[in-house]
Amino acid sequence: MKGRERMGYSFIRFKSIIRKELLQIRRDPPSLAIAIVMPILMIFLFGYAVNTDVNHLPMGVWDQDKSSQSRELVQQFVNTEYYDYLYQIEGYEELQQSIDEGKVKVALVIPANYSTLLDTGKEAKLQLLIDGADPNTARTALANAQLLIQNKSTSIQLQKLEKQGLGPVEMPITLQSRVLYNPNMESLVFNIPALIGLIMQNVTAILTAFTLVREKERGTMEQLVVTPVRPLELIVGKLVPYIGIGMFSFCLVLLTGISWFGVPVKGSIILLVVLSLLFLITTLAIGILISTVSKTQLQAMQMSFAFILPSVLLSGFIFPRESMPMVVQWLGGAIPLTYFLEILRGIFLKGVSLHSLWDETLILSSFTVLICLVAILKFRKRID
Amino acid sequence: MMNTQIAITCSHLTKKFGSLCAVDDISITIPKGCIYGFLGPNGSGKSTTIRMLCGLMTPTKGEGTVLGYNVIQDAEIIKHHIGYMSQKFSLYEELTVEENLDFYAGIYGITGKKAKDRKAELIKLAGLTGRERQLARSLSGGWKQRLALSCALVHEPEILILDEPTAGVDPLSRRVFWDVIHSLSKKGISILVSTHYMDEAETCDKIGFIFFGKLLVEGTPQELKERFDLPNLEEIFIHLVEHEQEPGRRVDEI
Repeated sequence: MKGRERMGYSFIRFKSIIRKELLQIRRDPPSLAIAIVMPILMIFLFGYAVNTDVNHLPMGVWDQDKSSQSRELVQQFVNTEYYDYLYQIEGYEELQQSIDEGKVKVALVIPANYSTLLDTGKEAKLQLLIDGADPNTARTALANAQLLIQNKSTSIQLQKLEKQGLGPVEMPITLQSRVLYNPNMESLVFNIPALIGLIMQNVTAILTAFTLVREKERGTMEQLVVTPVRPLELIVGKLVPYIGIGMFSFCLVLLTGISWFGVPVKGSIILLVVLSLLFLITTLAIGILISTVSKTQLQAMQMSFAFILPSVLLSGFIFPRESMPMVVQWLGGAIPLTYFLEILRGIFLKGVSLHSLWDETLILSSFTVLICLVAILKFRKRID
Repeated sequence: MMNTQIAITCSHLTKKFGSLCAVDDISITIPKGCIYGFLGPNGSGKSTTIRMLCGLMTPTKGEGTVLGYNVIQDAEIIKHHIGYMSQKFSLYEELTVEENLDFYAGIYGITGKKAKDRKAELIKLAGLTGRERQLARSLSGGWKQRLALSCALVHEPEILILDEPTAGVDPLSRRVFWDVIHSLSKKGISILVSTHYMDEAETCDKIGFIFFGKLLVEGTPQELKERFDLPNLEEIFIHLVEHEQEPGRRVDEI
C-alpha cells in the first residue's frame, strides 16, 4: 500500500496550504488593510497619548561605610516608596553592570567615611547614579533623592543650632513635590519603542486569530479535515504567509517611529529587526492558538481582546512592572510582550547587544515553540 | 483478516448529542462497487452517520470499518482512500475553479504532470471546461457542486461519500452528477450517497431508509417494492414515515 506518505509530514501539503493562504489574503483587501493601515493609525494615535507615572524603582546600594548611620540613610530612601532596596553592590563594575542589565534603575554610593564625617560635622559626599533611559523615572528618582538629602541636611543643621542654644528654629517655607505627569517630547523616546511592540502584537494576533475559525464558520474546514492533512502542516502553513505581512507592517511602524516621532535607535537595527521577527512569530502563533480553540469569529475576537488588554497593563507598557505586587509581576512574566518590551527599550534606548538580551530571546523562542505545539495538539480533525 | 469485497461496514453505530439520539444503532454493509443510497427526511441522521464513517465524528457507541480500517483508530488512513462531499458548499469561494483543484491536488500529495493531467480530466468530467479561471463564488449552485465533486475525486479515491450532493441543484447538473456517479461505479468505485430525490434513489444498487436515527428497511429498490407491494419508492417512503409517526409507536420508542 502507499504507506510511505501516509502518516508523515508532507512538504507538498505544507506548500499547498501556504499558496492557498496567500491567494486568499490577496483577494481579501480588508484583512490587508488591517495589517497595514491599522498599525500606522495606531502609532499616530497612541504616540501622542501614552504617559507614565513612577515609583518603587529598584535600587542598588554600595555601602562602603556599613554603619548604623548609613543603614538609616538607606532606610530613609526606602521609606519614600520611590525606591526598593533590592541589591547590595560591591564595586563600580558590578554597579555599572546592574544598571546595564536593567536590574536597578538607581544606585546609591555611600563613602567609607560617611559616619565619621557626619559625626565630626564635616561635609559627607554621597553619589547617586540613575538609569536615565526613561526620563520620567530618572527625574522622579533624582528629585526625590535631592529632596530627601536636603531634608536630612536641614534637620542635622537644625539639631546643631539647637545644641548651640539657639532654640527651636522653624523653616520659613517647605515644599514636597512629586512628578506626576510628563507630556514633553522626551517621554516619547521611552514610549514609542514600546508602542511599536504593542501595536505589532495586537495586529498580528488578530490577523491569525481568524484564519482557522473562518474556515470553521464557512464550512471549508469540514472538507479539509476529511483529507490526510496534518495539524502541523495546516497550522505552520497558515502562519508562514503572515510572517511576511507582519514584517512589512512592522517596518512601516518602525519607520514612522524613527522619522515622524524622531526616536533614534541606539543599538543595531539588524538585531532589532531579527528579534522583532521572532516576536512576530510568537504573536502570530498566539493568534493561531486562539483560532484553534474558538468556534466562531466572535469568540476569536473576544479571546483576542481578553489577551490584549492584560498584556497592555501587565507587560510594563504603561506601568513599570517593578511597582506591581509580586503575583501580578509573575502574570506579566507569562506575556511575551513583556520580554519584547525589554528588547525594544534595550536596543532603542540603551543600545545594548544580543549579549544582554539572551534571556529575553530565549524566553520568546520558548514561547513560540510552546504555543505552536499547544495549537497543534489542540487542533482536532473532528467536527463534533 | 477482512472481507476484501466489503467497502464500508458498520454495526450498532450510535451517536448521541446530549439527550438527543441522532443515530440509533445503525448497522449496514456496503459491498465494493456498489451505489448505496441513504434515504430519509431532514434531520433523520443521514449526515451524522456519514460523518462518523468519514472519521469526522466519533461514535458514541458501535463501530465501523472503511476498506477494513477502523473508523475510530484508523481515521487518518481512511482519509487517503475516500472522497467526501458535504451538502453545504465547502470549497474556497475566493479561489478559482482551477485553484481549488490545485489546492486539493497538493493536499493529496499529487504534483507535476500527474496533477495537471488529473485536473484536465476532472474539468472535462464535470463539464467545467471554460470556467477554469472563474471564482468559485461566482458559480451557480449546480456548478459549485460539480466543482466540489471534482475536488473530492482528485486523488482517485476508492470510495466516494456524498452527503445530499444534489440538494437544490438544477436538473441538468443533477443529470451530469449522476452520470458521473454511475460511470465511477462501473469502474469499481464504491459510493455512499444520501438523497431526498426518489428518482435518484431508484438508480442505486441498494438503499436504506433512515428515520429518527434508525435504519428502518434496507434492500435493492426492486426488493423493497415487492416487500411493501407498492409501485414506487416514494410510496414506500411515505408509508414508512406515516407508520413511524403513529402516536402509539412513537411513545414506546421514546
